[in-house]
Amino acid sequence: MSTIEAAAENAHDDHGHDHDHPSFLAHHFDTPEQQFDSGKLGIWLFLVTEILFFSGMFCAYAIFRMLRPDVFEGCSQFLNTKLGAINTGVLLFSSLTMAWSVRCSQVQQNRGLVGMLAATICCAMIFLGVKAIEYSHKWEMGLLPAGLYFYDPANPHPESHTNYLFYICLPFMILLGGVVAWLIASLVTRNTFHLKCAMPLSVAAACFFVGIGLGMVLESGDSEHGSEVAATAELETEISLIANSDDIALERLAGDAANSGAKSELNARMQQLETAGSSIVQDGEEISGAIVSVEENVMTQRKAGVFFSIYYCMTGVHAIHILVGIGFLVWLLIRAVREDFNPQYFGPVDYVGLYWHLVDLIWIYLFPLLYLIR
Amino acid sequence: MSAHGESKDGYDFAHPIPVPMLLSVFFALVFLTIVTVAQASFDIGSLDILVVMVIATIKAALVMAFFMHMAYDKPFNVIIFLSSFGFVALFLIFTMSDSAQTSPAFEPVVEEVMETDQESTNVIAEESSATSE
Repeated sequence: MSTIEAAAENAHDDHGHDHDHPSFLAHHFDTPEQQFDSGKLGIWLFLVTEILFFSGMFCAYAIFRMLRPDVFEGCSQFLNTKLGAINTGVLLFSSLTMAWSVRCSQVQQNRGLVGMLAATICCAMIFLGVKAIEYSHKWEMGLLPAGLYFYDPANPHPESHTNYLFYICLPFMILLGGVVAWLIASLVTRNTFHLKCAMPLSVAAACFFVGIGLGMVLESGDSEHGSEVAATAELETEISLIANSDDIALERLAGDAANSGAKSELNARMQQLETAGSSIVQDGEEISGAIVSVEENVMTQRKAGVFFSIYYCMTGVHAIHILVGIGFLVWLLIRAVREDFNPQYFGPVDYVGLYWHLVDLIWIYLFPLLYLIR
Repeated sequence: MSAHGESKDGYDFAHPIPVPMLLSVFFALVFLTIVTVAQASFDIGSLDILVVMVIATIKAALVMAFFMHMAYDKPFNVIIFLSSFGFVALFLIFTMSDSAQTSPAFEPVVEEVMETDQESTNVIAEESSATSE
């Protein structure tokens, strides 16, 4: 075991005890294996607390879905399955690269380790980019948590006052600028260590915008259609209240922000309807106290708002976990460039890997539970 | 260095997972994701949630066993981690059964509009406007 001897040579003996131990072995541990096993037990216990923490949100989901399955079916139409599936694939791939980087650290392939960690960070950034597209699109439509919900099926795309996507992108733009500045600085000063760190990190920061692009391409293809279908099929009660079929066509035209003529005409018709009041009784309509057979409109603030509260809570906390994971991965990447890891000391890579797989595990359940409800 | 049978003074304990195994687990996961997405387009009624959860659990088991090295980990760690799912099950079962027996819904349901007076006035307005279409 040449690594042990090499490591033992640079062992620090400045804390006054007579036995030699490698620099990576804390002196309250007898062997690297004992050190590794202690850390492993600790990270498993931490993951248990994470599971229990997420179970609270899964419980809220389960209760609400048990009581109001129709709300979930209605609201799930607004989640873009394509984007969710792509994100699942990206996250699974990042899990693969993470597991692979654990392997690299165990067999001391340092270049491979740096590459695999960088790939994992890139995937995490792409995931966040796609998520940013999903979130900003829903915020513009007013599909927000219960208190803020303002979605109006008659006008699904109101002229937005704020460009949410820009505000989400802003911190990542600053990040990208900072990392690129670091890269240029390290190029100028010819500091190879900083260069080796800054290169993969600037690629990773740029990957956020790859995710944005990917999300935009998929979103423009599918979601408009999806939400139109939902708006026409699921919200029939509300729309048929507005009027007949050519009004729906008109409303689609009005959805286009540029078409101000159609928009004003639609507004006029809606006002007319409003003044006519909700007491319009058509021929053949059965009016009685029993309103059991009415197909309920689930897209109200009180009902859909609760679904979107759960949606944002679960995916948002998951996204925060991704952000924290990126932080740990950057730390690992810098240590990997420093060549800290060897077959006796790969604990940190393994522990962060376990955390990363747990985040993946939670997404594996979130994706079908939120996106794939009929 | 990947010989992991004899632990020599606690210095040889790394267990690298072979690359082909990692890749095959990854492709199995991708395949199962495609299956989950595909099944959403078939109507299988109330079995839906069951099928989805079974597929997700198979995926979770694959991730845990191979990506998280659980198949090669110490049994004590495995017991600790898996026991958390037992507690989650207890939590869900008790809360849901309680909720099913006590609260009819978060929202006042339509049939109860007459009984629940105060809170559901805007629901009444909403429903009456819906009936009058």
